[in-house]
Amino acid sequence: MPHQLLWLIFLLPLFSFIIISFVLRPFFNDKPQLGGYTTIAAIGGSFVISVFALFAVMANEGHALPVPDIEWVLIEGGLSIHLGLLVDSLTAVMLIVVTLVSLMVQIYSQGYMHGDPGYHRYFAFMSLFTASMLGLVLADNLVFMFVFWEGVGLCSYLLIGFWFHKPSAANAAKKAFIVTRLGDFGFLAGILALYFNTGTFDIAELHHLAITGAISGTILTWVAIGIFSGAVGKSAQFPLHVWLPDAMEGPTPVSALIHAATMVAAGVFLVARTFPLFAHSMEAMTTVAIIGGFTAIFAASIGLVMTDIKRVLAYSTISQLGYMMLGLGTGGVAIGIFHLFNHAFFKALLFLGAGSVNHATGTFDMRQMGGLRKVMPWTYATFVIASLSLAGVWPLAGFWSKDEILASSLESQPILFYLALITVFMTAFYMFRAIFMTFGGEYRGGAPEAHGHPHESPPVMVVPMVILAVLSVVSGFWNVGGQFDAFMGHGGGHGPGFFTVLTHPLPLLSLMVAILGIVLAYAVYSAKWLSAEKLRGMFGPLHTMLARKYWFDELYEDVFVRTSMLNGFFAGLQQFDTNVVDGTVNGVADGTIAGGRAVRQIQTGQLQLYGLFIGIGILAIILSVLFLG
Amino acid sequence: MDFPYLSLIIFLPIAGAILIAFIPDLSQRMVRWIAAVFTSVPLLLALIMFVSFDRSSAAVGVMQFEEKVSWIATINANYHLGVDGLNLPLVLLMAFLGLMVVLISWKIDLRVREYFAWLLLLEASILGVFCALDLLLFFLFWEIEVIPMYFLISIWGSGRKEYSAIKYVIFTLFGSAMMLTGILSLYFTTGSLSMLDIAGAGIGSFRAVIPVAAMFFFLLGGFAVKLPVFPLHTWLPDAHTDAPTAVSVVLAGALLKMGGYGMIRICLGIFPEVALRFASLLAIFAVFTVLYGAAVTLRQTDLKRLIAYSSISHMGYVFLGIFALTQVSLTGATLQMFSHGVITGLLFAVAGLVMHNTEERNLSKLGGLARQMPVVAIIFSVGGLGALGLPSTSGFAAEFLVFLGSFTSTMVVGIKVLTILAVLGVVLTAGYILWLVQRVFYGPVLEEFNWVSDADILEKVYAGCFIAVIMLVGIYPAILTDVIKLGVLPMVGG
Repeated sequence: MPHQLLWLIFLLPLFSFIIISFVLRPFFNDKPQLGGYTTIAAIGGSFVISVFALFAVMANEGHALPVPDIEWVLIEGGLSIHLGLLVDSLTAVMLIVVTLVSLMVQIYSQGYMHGDPGYHRYFAFMSLFTASMLGLVLADNLVFMFVFWEGVGLCSYLLIGFWFHKPSAANAAKKAFIVTRLGDFGFLAGILALYFNTGTFDIAELHHLAITGAISGTILTWVAIGIFSGAVGKSAQFPLHVWLPDAMEGPTPVSALIHAATMVAAGVFLVARTFPLFAHSMEAMTTVAIIGGFTAIFAASIGLVMTDIKRVLAYSTISQLGYMMLGLGTGGVAIGIFHLFNHAFFKALLFLGAGSVNHATGTFDMRQMGGLRKVMPWTYATFVIASLSLAGVWPLAGFWSKDEILASSLESQPILFYLALITVFMTAFYMFRAIFMTFGGEYRGGAPEAHGHPHESPPVMVVPMVILAVLSVVSGFWNVGGQFDAFMGHGGGHGPGFFTVLTHPLPLLSLMVAILGIVLAYAVYSAKWLSAEKLRGMFGPLHTMLARKYWFDELYEDVFVRTSMLNGFFAGLQQFDTNVVDGTVNGVADGTIAGGRAVRQIQTGQLQLYGLFIGIGILAIILSVLFLG
Repeated sequence: MDFPYLSLIIFLPIAGAILIAFIPDLSQRMVRWIAAVFTSVPLLLALIMFVSFDRSSAAVGVMQFEEKVSWIATINANYHLGVDGLNLPLVLLMAFLGLMVVLISWKIDLRVREYFAWLLLLEASILGVFCALDLLLFFLFWEIEVIPMYFLISIWGSGRKEYSAIKYVIFTLFGSAMMLTGILSLYFTTGSLSMLDIAGAGIGSFRAVIPVAAMFFFLLGGFAVKLPVFPLHTWLPDAHTDAPTAVSVVLAGALLKMGGYGMIRICLGIFPEVALRFASLLAIFAVFTVLYGAAVTLRQTDLKRLIAYSSISHMGYVFLGIFALTQVSLTGATLQMFSHGVITGLLFAVAGLVMHNTEERNLSKLGGLARQMPVVAIIFSVGGLGALGLPSTSGFAAEFLVFLGSFTSTMVVGIKVLTILAVLGVVLTAGYILWLVQRVFYGPVLEEFNWVSDADILEKVYAGCFIAVIMLVGIYPAILTDVIKLGVLPMVGG
């Protein structure tokens, strides 16, 4: 296919942003629906081209399509940076994920954001967000990956803080940007070190250098860990996970996009994109696997006790991203990205479902919901499908990719395998806990200020949910016969088989564990065989620890940032600046003035006195000439 | 001799200042228009020069648009102007800011004639510093600049304006005294005042009257006060805070760059060996300035003072890029000077607008203004994003080149660790910029600012110009780096 079309994939949403900001917003402010249509048309166009790109790459046996570069900065003998596209199998898969999920989210947003005064602004930012993510996916060198990486971060900031008059939203936006920037620091340092050692930013060249062993071991490890720290920030891995749960302050469709296809997927994608650097360093691979495996269970445990439906989903995302990292760290690109691919659809759907519920009840607090299955059948049905997929129930999408991750971790990191297996149980439990609290039992009234009865959302919101529900069922079938692995250049196309997979012990075990989790959730929150209050009582301190999210927010924000840095060290420097540095300056000035005042005493203005001193002086000269001469 | 572009660029603002000061019975309106015309033409000339500048590899280290006339023959002083890749972007920057500050000052109504006369003289003197290739001429322009600055701060300023103005003068004269010592010792060593001749011959070929390293540090001291470098920086927050808006824009935008320019042109150009010998030590100062400046910025509660401290931190990157001594790092440092000039210029202009419209500058009392002044909020955010080095703004291109050039420097000991530490500065920068934006524009809408008006058409126009430059250089930095690289190559022995 012509390469100009590939450029359009990311240029179309960018044009949409420009048109909305500079044409629609100033001149058609009374027709807000135009902004939505523009965005949908642009991203729809990107999706269509992405589909063609996928087939083109498939026809090319997974190899990159040729695209000419554009020169950006050139300093002879010092530096050369080009802007180019890299469209290989990894990019092609990501393009589908990003454009498809984004398209669904934009359609849904028309209903969800209806009547919001910032409608144009919303779609402008959404277009830019999608454009940045597509640019990141398409970039063929690390500099431009970083450029779009930051662009994605900026758009998250703008969208999380969309309702900026709410202090909580403004704080969450700032937190997201600064925490991820902490990771970006490592990413940037990694890029610098890599460039110093190889003299190139080009990803294909770096792959080649890593594979041929041209970069030495220790350097490779440090570079990989630097890049990984960028991924830890963006993909909300421990210890930089704190921003993601707060990010739900943005409009819910934004959360769907952030959690499924854009912001957090960027981190996993980065590791996959630079994977040869990791693959040739044992330490880097182990680091990725351990951080991923630990994050998976750590976040899932917090998800068990959250009462806000979006927070449950947020910790679920962190946990699932941990799975992807674990998959990358133990198995490889195909395994990690396959989970990203499947996760994108069901997680987007879950957030859209949460938004739909919020649309009806005015709240995200599950304790005020209940009984919604009767009034919101479509939302209920799609939410259950997505949850089953997330829990890893055969034969839905999540089952296939989660199974591969468990298998690969059992092979190389048995301890992490057991953690991952416990996480499977937790995942099933917290999702069905959420379902029973939200949709089961009787309606508990919704938000205190909500009036009337909850109702199903309009078709413009339901249709994207149904499409995503279908994808949540079928997207995993891609690898039933090993086709996905083969496409990604991983293995020779031996898939698990649709039914034969259940004859193996590991998939059966994980399926049993997931069902156990669902049953326990049923026992506690639906059948009430066990009382949730009693359980909470039994695990009092443990529950508190989970509910307070292991006190990481307090540790970072209060102890570290506020007490140690802002009010401690930085305040000390400020005092130093005012009192010591500037104090010295003023001291010298005051000293000079005081000195002048003191010396002025001698200038009495009395001629007799001056005469006397002149006489003494002359006498002294004469005497010294006489005696010393 | 060809068309005297540089002389016109320098002397047109002076001519404007004379017209404004001496034509009787000028209306305020007339004064403003004269100022606008006499700053527009230099900008236009600078743009023509920029477009027609020879970017081929034959232009490496060659002065273009050169003018040379004997001035004081007995001491071999010449009226010698010229631009290469190093100072052309700075001339362009000052010419751009020159017109912008006239627009920013449009609403000044106190002693209008004097104000614009001083403002034009200020512009001319800074342009003179950037163009002069003769040490005496350079010093002359350097000293002239202090006079308008003193009056502009002490008459049209606010707060402790007399204190700040005199502090600025004394600091600058302290620096000038060191610089003059350096220039005189250079003259008595070489018998020449031409920067190019001395650099070309090499300082090592003369019998030095005082140790060469001492000359280097006398000159560096003078420049370090201006840039500024820790611990010579405390004049800056006071001067910025108390200066009128337009003067803060010139101060941060162009005046600080006189220091950076002097370091590259004179300290590096004439004393490459000394610079190399002390590069590690100076890089430590650079990184300390970056981090210390950022940390102190985080503690500020005054709108303008915060931006002032952030300038100190950002100038640390320039200092680092200079003494990392590679072509890329020097290109980055020069680009950072240009970029910071535009970005911080915009930030000060908008901060001034916020202060003017709300009559409030205390950050703990501002808030929620995005509802009352949406356009100002957008403009300020773009400036802020440039300051925190977001890609697609010039700030990113400049900082990235500084980091890259510094990290890959092989001549300076310990530069890798220092560069990584400097990169940490970008995290702190994100902290204070986002905090500042949130503090001023986000949060609940405050009733007491309901009467506040948004940017008017004039303000939108000049802010639009700033943003266009920031984005243009950010998206396609080669527009400047293709010029700058020609100028810095001779500095690194290329």
